[in-house]
Amino acid sequence: MGLSPLLLPALVLIPFVGGLLAWYSERLSLTWPRWIGLLSMAATCAIALWIWGHAEVPGIVPDSRAPQWILEYKLSWIPRWGVSFHFGIDGLGLLMVLLTGVLGVLSVACSWREIQQYVGFFHLNLLWNLAGVMGVFMALDLFLFFVLWEVMLVPMYFLIALWGHSSTAGAKRGHSRVYAATKFFIFTQSAGLLMLVAMLALVWLHQQATGQWSFNYHDLLYTPLTHAQEYALMLAFFIAFAVKLPVVPLHPWLPDAHSQAPTAGSVDLAGILLKTGAYGLLRFVLPLFPHASREFAPIAIGLGVFGILYGAKLALVQTDIKRLVAYTSVSHMGFVLLGIYAGSTIALEGALLLMLAHGLATGGLFILCGELYERLHTRELGQMGGLARRAPHYATAVMFFALASLGLPGLGNFVGEFLVLVGSFPVRPWATMLAALGLILAAVYSLYIVQKVLHGPPADARPVEDLTARERLMIGAIIVSLLVLGLFPQPVLDLARGPLTQIGAWYAHGVPLP
Amino acid sequence: MTPQTALHGVVLLPLLSAAILLLWRGVPKALVTLLGVGSVTAAALLTAALGAQWLNDGAPLAVTQVLWNWVQLESFTPRIALTFDGLSLTMLGVITGVGALIHAYASGYMRDEPRYRQFFAYMNLFVAMMLVLVLADNLLLLYLGWEGVGLCSYLLIGFYNEDPANDAAARKAFITTRVGDTAFAIGLFLIYRELHTIDIAVILDAAPRVWAGDSLMPTIVALLLLGGAVGKSAQLPLQAWLPDAMAGPTPVSALIHAATMVTAGVYLIARLHGIYLLAPGALAVVGWIGALTLLLAGGAALAQNDIKRVLAYSTMSQIGYMFLALGCGAWGAAIFHLMTHAFFKALLFLASGSVILACHHEQDIFKMGGLRRKLPLAFASFVVGGAALAALPIVTAGFWSKEAILSAAWGGGHRLWWLMGTACAFLTGLYTFRLIFIVFFGGQKLHAHDEDTHRMRVPLGVLMLLSLGGALITQPLHGVLPEFLHEPGSHGPELIAVAAGLAGIALAWFWYGQGAVAAPADTPLRRWARSGWGFDALYDALLVRPLYALARINRADIIDRMYGALVLGLLGAHRSVLRLQTGQLRWYAAGVALGAVVLLGASQWA
Repeated sequence: MGLSPLLLPALVLIPFVGGLLAWYSERLSLTWPRWIGLLSMAATCAIALWIWGHAEVPGIVPDSRAPQWILEYKLSWIPRWGVSFHFGIDGLGLLMVLLTGVLGVLSVACSWREIQQYVGFFHLNLLWNLAGVMGVFMALDLFLFFVLWEVMLVPMYFLIALWGHSSTAGAKRGHSRVYAATKFFIFTQSAGLLMLVAMLALVWLHQQATGQWSFNYHDLLYTPLTHAQEYALMLAFFIAFAVKLPVVPLHPWLPDAHSQAPTAGSVDLAGILLKTGAYGLLRFVLPLFPHASREFAPIAIGLGVFGILYGAKLALVQTDIKRLVAYTSVSHMGFVLLGIYAGSTIALEGALLLMLAHGLATGGLFILCGELYERLHTRELGQMGGLARRAPHYATAVMFFALASLGLPGLGNFVGEFLVLVGSFPVRPWATMLAALGLILAAVYSLYIVQKVLHGPPADARPVEDLTARERLMIGAIIVSLLVLGLFPQPVLDLARGPLTQIGAWYAHGVPLP
Repeated sequence: MTPQTALHGVVLLPLLSAAILLLWRGVPKALVTLLGVGSVTAAALLTAALGAQWLNDGAPLAVTQVLWNWVQLESFTPRIALTFDGLSLTMLGVITGVGALIHAYASGYMRDEPRYRQFFAYMNLFVAMMLVLVLADNLLLLYLGWEGVGLCSYLLIGFYNEDPANDAAARKAFITTRVGDTAFAIGLFLIYRELHTIDIAVILDAAPRVWAGDSLMPTIVALLLLGGAVGKSAQLPLQAWLPDAMAGPTPVSALIHAATMVTAGVYLIARLHGIYLLAPGALAVVGWIGALTLLLAGGAALAQNDIKRVLAYSTMSQIGYMFLALGCGAWGAAIFHLMTHAFFKALLFLASGSVILACHHEQDIFKMGGLRRKLPLAFASFVVGGAALAALPIVTAGFWSKEAILSAAWGGGHRLWWLMGTACAFLTGLYTFRLIFIVFFGGQKLHAHDEDTHRMRVPLGVLMLLSLGGALITQPLHGVLPEFLHEPGSHGPELIAVAAGLAGIALAWFWYGQGAVAAPADTPLRRWARSGWGFDALYDALLVRPLYALARINRADIIDRMYGALVLGLLGAHRSVLRLQTGQLRWYAAGVALGAVVLLGASQWA
């Protein structure tokens, strides 16, 4: 049975339309927007799973000339400039779409009680953001990609600025959610601008060489570039995506944005938005500029390893739990960067698996932080303690995600990190060994969270409400997913093997002409 | 039912029990005991059945049960697969057999604990992970078990985590061993790069071919793996966590920090002996680490006042003997001592648990005294276990295994190691019987009350028998580990070692035969020895404090600050430009005039 290509625009349109409906339905009741959000995101999950179930995953063709898509959809948009609504999905994109769908459901679910103001508008922003991300993971037209890239950012600004909370640490420095939102916006927007310029330059160079205007990924792959042109364009794209990932030293927006955002925003940021950076590197930077990327690899890997250690070291001394988790993301994304630029299939698969597992585990941790804030009205680690006795289910969940984050074997994060390291070691032994030190620091900061939040004498005697049924369902689902990724990762690895092998081969030898 | 089809049952029994106990919070207490103790006992029985059947096959070969493929990427193909051979059978027997006895004891010891369910959940999970460790057919699965036991050790050391000190001890154990584990992981990456496999059997098969004539690469690999082994087995230089680990409940110390987990390093090196045979330098390092650790730990044990810390240092010292044996290439002797040590050290720990319970959680030996009449069973256990630990000739299991190690050191030409081992035999006799005489002899100092139940007495009895006659259990190590061959020497060195142990006991009798009135005065030497020769302070000054200092300096994230400076700079520029907009016409007129002059001047210049 064939799959309809219309499923791809549907993945973007469902959250988009769902957002509008949610906004409108606020007049009817406050629960309607929530249910509409939940159902739209569940529908995208279902579509993604449907595609996975019915896809004929192309075999591994390492020397294949053109990218292989499971599904492709194309509709002309601005023919004069060669712009079209061009979506395509392969194993890599499908997994990212599925992650977006799952975390989308969780984002809606974790806001059920937290968001009580402008409920409709909140869901409009959340769903439009998710629609943008969905599109980013499928767009094969660079112009469309840029448009969706912006669609994804603007709602996130509002999510942080309108529903965020001001952290005590931030308040001391005079920082507020608006400060965090603005910082986020300026960082990503300037990076986006850089990307736009580079994109237009690439298209122009392509036009010069072939006489044809095109924003199509398939055409631009074969643009002849001089060394200097390729390096400059690569650098611009790299910086644009590096801000998102984030790569130290382009990370300072992240701790502020994560800690000030509402729970759904943090889940969304850490779980999905960071991955668009890694996805961009895999989909655009390595294939479009393979030679320059290879030349740049030592720097990128150096930045990745530095980020692992720098992020972990900063996490060690944070007192705001959300800031701490935010810095651990910086550290984990360093592993992803290392894996991407090591470029072997094992390392690339590891990076992908780590993205999925990190999305789930960190999403879970942020959900738990949000729930803790609802209960204790603080995010200061110093004011917690003893929750192991006061809220045992909650404590088990925190312990689980802390263990996932420190890379306990049997959970998804371990397989991801380990594959990155195994795959990178033959290529870059010294960098890999330094990166492995991150495993020790991960144990230090993860157990620090556990000790501060769960153990020790309770900070006060107030009873703490344990996880509700809704929360248990959410957390349970994440726990099961992480166990499945940790013990049965093969289906995921198989799905992504074709595209990742191809990207690795292009990165190693350049893109062969069709 | 053969190992090929039923081996996973051994792991599954405790694992399922742990899962049930973790998830079912309202489980009745009787069912907790049934599941917790029953699952490990059933695993022991299954092990016995599988072992008996497998041994009956005549010349049994290693059997592998493949459960599923974990990861398959290019040549990186670790499976979830269990391998059964003589070495894993020996380990299986120790883990499930001694484990079942300790679980039974714990069901009595922990009977009043409000978190009884959680305790048994962690204990069962530990057994399951330990079984995965010894049954793994590839290094990645072994690493899973390796980290898994580390996790359970962390959870159980910090079981009483209301007290931040206990939590600190737990984290210290986890993080210190993680340092070693990271070396282990890097060794694994190197093995994969060099041999393109992480399957243990294939590694042992391929290593001699690939590394023929090259001893550098196997030496690096062997040393990295040794890093993992010293972390887990609390040997120099990663030994400092073990004494603190005594913060956990006493059955935990018996199971994890005496009988099973801390010997995982010995198992790892024995399992990968093929790599060490290619790297004589690394093997010598193993022996030296053992020889130094056994002396340092033996000396530190002499200065301890806490009953459990004496035993902790003693464990460290005995594992040092095992490393020494490995260093000599006497693989079988190391595993033999691993087994007998599991018997008598578990016995000593459990008996100390009975003493601690009877003394209302007092652990300072100088506050005890004269307990032999009040606690006859604990006393008998201590005497039997202590005799085995001090290697009392002929009648104890500990004698035979220690004798095997020392004669291997002598026969293998490692005279200096032999001397160190013999010196430590003297120390062992001394610290063991110092402990026994102080606790059980002399006048009573506190009101002790025997709290033992039958579930605690039976395991003590069984372990006493094993500590005496356990040496009769033959280990099916043929074909797994190479035989250690050396010409049978004279009995001279043997007699000297025996005499050394007896001399230690005699000296202990001379000093403490009448018990002790009070703790001896604190001299600097004693304090230094009691602190485990100051390693904690050293690591604190060298590693922990610099790391945190570095992190604290940069608490505010210097990079963030740099962007902040950029923003401030822009704002400043903005303000200074803003200041020009005064609203006064003459300023604007002056500006226009000045600008015109400058432009004119510039045009004339060109």
